[in-house]
Amino acid sequence: MDRMKICRLVAAFVTTLTLSAPVLAQQSDAEKEIERYRAMINDPMANPGYLAVDRGEALWATKRGAKNVSLEGCDLGEGAGKLEGAFAKLPRFFKDADRVMDLEQRLLWCMQKVQELDTTDVLKRRFGGPGVESDMQDLVAFIANKSNGMKYQPQITHPKEQEMLAVGEALFHRRAGVNDFSCTTCHGEDARRIRLQALPNFSKPGKDAQDTMGSWPTYRVSQSQLRTMQHRLWDCYRQMRHPIPEYGSDGITALTVYMVTMGAGGEITVPSIKR
Amino acid sequence: MKKILLAACLTAISGTAFAQQTVKADAATVDRYVQSMWAKASPEWKARVVQDETQAECSVARNNPSPAQFEKITAREKAAVVFPADGKVLGDWKSGAKVANTGTGGQFSDGPGTYIGGNCYACHQMAPAELSFGTLGPSLTGYGKARNFSAEEAKAAYAKIYNAQSVMACSQMPRFGHNKFLTEQQIKDVTAFLFDPDSPVNK
Ligand code: HEC
Ligand code: HEC
Repeated sequence: MDRMKICRLVAAFVTTLTLSAPVLAQQSDAEKEIERYRAMINDPMANPGYLAVDRGEALWATKRGAKNVSLEGCDLGEGAGKLEGAFAKLPRFFKDADRVMDLEQRLLWCMQKVQELDTTDVLKRRFGGPGVESDMQDLVAFIANKSNGMKYQPQITHPKEQEMLAVGEALFHRRAGVNDFSCTTCHGEDARRIRLQALPNFSKPGKDAQDTMGSWPTYRVSQSQLRTMQHRLWDCYRQMRHPIPEYGSDGITALTVYMVTMGAGGEITVPSIKR
Repeated sequence: MKKILLAACLTAISGTAFAQQTVKADAATVDRYVQSMWAKASPEWKARVVQDETQAECSVARNNPSPAQFEKITAREKAAVVFPADGKVLGDWKSGAKVANTGTGGQFSDGPGTYIGGNCYACHQMAPAELSFGTLGPSLTGYGKARNFSAEEAKAAYAKIYNAQSVMACSQMPRFGHNKFLTEQQIKDVTAFLFDPDSPVNK
């Protein structure tokens, strides 16, 4: 870390100290607000994301594909059909595929290998919209929800997982395009805003990354859709004026590995609700 | 107090140590991922993810170039600034307000013919009446007035907007003219938005 950054950090720390008295007074209010928000997130009646969870549960057990079997034979890393805690350790290396996969890549792999399902249509509906339900969004909502209350445990022991982390870090800082943007442009400093939107800092381990990664997938009120990390990064690359990133490509997974590593220990509370 | 500062610094440093445990990926490996991520993009779109020298150097340096590298990049970018042939750097501030306020253009979701804006408000405070401004860059409120509307300063601002890195290597601000994202006229207009005494920026 360069000296300028350290000093900026120290300055931020001092500011926090000077501000701490009024901040403390506000804290109880803020905590109450957070409590209220948590209750809403966890209430299936108040959070439309739970509709996706329910559809995902049904889809998981639906027999499909040439083999006419359900996804219950799919191993998400913790053993075939075992869902509890699986999301908290994704992305991870899968021996049978000899690849590191995020949840969406793994689900597609299982559809193809376990069910022998032609995934063309599933891919066409990878992102839901008006009148279009997305199997992927629903399955991710259901499976991620099975890790609620658990903490992210990034898997970076296998050499291929380590490669993913290193590449993810490099991609995070990779500037290109007509605006010279990288992820760092918008997510490289604490407490920054673009227009009025608060931007989490993912350039270091800690609370921003923990809170963020623990809150995806999320129900996006502005889009009336349950959204996954694949969609979020699609949207950020759009804002970066980059081309459309391939759904389920290894670059997206590498960025996800990097961000869950920065967010290690973050508690999973999904589906959350966001703007 | 000293102890607290030290503690803060130590926390910061241990965070870095954590990040540095990661071996840096080599360029060829990163490029393989880049290629596959945009495998299906059209040639015109694919060209966008090819880095120029400055983008590549700033990426590798994580935007913290060494002093020598800083000098080298800044000099190279400075040499690439093209000033208007007529010598006039100030256009119409009203059109400049539109450049500053518009965030569309250049995205894969934008239809053909979408107006391309500079989206300065995404990062900067400008006219004090506009409350929806970002904080990735410094406030530019009263920019021209604070510089006595000097012609010299206006020219410097034009260069800054044309190529932010001609002043500061690895600046996070887009090189609007250099990358041909904004037209010469748009840059003149937005410079006027900063420098015209009638512009709301200076009220
Ligand atoms: C031009 C600005 C910009 C760039 C560059 C950018 N993002 Fe974002 N990002 C945003 C905005 C705006 C949001 C939404 C914040 C909100 O809704 O409040 C966001 C949100 C996110 C979120 C979800 C945050 C949350 O709290 O739920 C993640 C994760 C994310 N970005 C990752 C990335 C990654 C990885 C990259 C690089 C591939 C990237 N972003 C590049 C602007 C950007
Ligand atoms: C993605 C963020 C971003 C956008 C968009 C952006 N800027 Fe900046 N700008 C910055 C940052 C960061 C700095 C400070 C670092 C530097 O000087 O390069 C800056 C600095 C400046 C400065 C120099 C300020 C000084 O200290 O004298 C000017 C002038 C400026 N910007 C104008 C503009 C204009 C005009 C636009 C739109 C056409 C714009 N910027 C768009 C991020 C941005």
